[in-house]
Amino acid sequence: MRKQEFLSDLRQGLSGLPQEEIDGRIEFYSEQIDDRMEEGLTEEEAVASVGSVNDIVLQVVDEYPFPELIKVRIRSRRPMSALTIVLLILGSPIWLSRLIAAFAVVLSLYAVLWSVIVSLWAVFVSLAACAVIGPVGGIGFAIGGYVPSGLAVLAAALVCGGLAIFAFYGCKAASKGAARLTQKIVLAIKKACMRKGEAQ
Amino acid sequence: MDVQLKRGLLDVCVLAAIKSEDSYGYKIIKDMKPYMELSESTLYTILKRLEGAEMLTVRTAAHDGRLRKYYRITAAGCRRIEEFKSEWAEMMSIYQFVSREGDEHA
Repeated sequence: MRKQEFLSDLRQGLSGLPQEEIDGRIEFYSEQIDDRMEEGLTEEEAVASVGSVNDIVLQVVDEYPFPELIKVRIRSRRPMSALTIVLLILGSPIWLSRLIAAFAVVLSLYAVLWSVIVSLWAVFVSLAACAVIGPVGGIGFAIGGYVPSGLAVLAAALVCGGLAIFAFYGCKAASKGAARLTQKIVLAIKKACMRKGEAQ
Repeated sequence: MDVQLKRGLLDVCVLAAIKSEDSYGYKIIKDMKPYMELSESTLYTILKRLEGAEMLTVRTAAHDGRLRKYYRITAAGCRRIEEFKSEWAEMMSIYQFVSREGDEHA
């Protein structure tokens, strides 16, 4: 890929960020490529060695704070005409309810995801509690004369203890997975915001 | 490595790379390469952050018929390096304590 092609692809990919940020990065990459060519790399090699446009855009978006992206979106809008404002107000029962609904859907997905995690941990806590309290109950039964019941409770406690150990690792893995998923969703929303920015 | 820890380390490494003389983007990446792999976009973010924190200044100078940005460390940048060194002296003594505990039970 030629340098100019790389830079224009990068500019395209970064549109949606503040102009100053885009210009700064384009200038920076241009200098990086020139410096590599000065060292003896061909133009294609120099471009290849700074990485792919896609990876760069993904990394920049990931590092860029979400509130900043939203601010850019709002600021980049053209001033609204009186008609637009009237239409916006008249149309508010439609778009406002849709916006709230979209927000509620995202929020509930998030809540569902984390309630699954919370319930998994609840299973772990109850298994662990059984493992701890079970022996006390079992011994109580045995002292009270109900030896077979006591032994059964003791055995159940042991089983619970074993399951609790398994459950702990399962819960930990599920929590990590959920955290990663949340991160991915945030990145996807950020990217969607940037695409809308491009369209304007 | 922990993200926060790595970010702090990268900041100090970039400051160290421009400490003895003014440097430019590609040279910083080359100088750091034996110690830490650094991508261009990460370097850009770090340089912006350090510039915002007034730990370095930027000047544009002509080089070989084109412009190149040179970065110079400020007094605040030098102080950050000194702070880092004393923080890590403390860290190293903790590290020694932690490893010694490990050895006794091994």
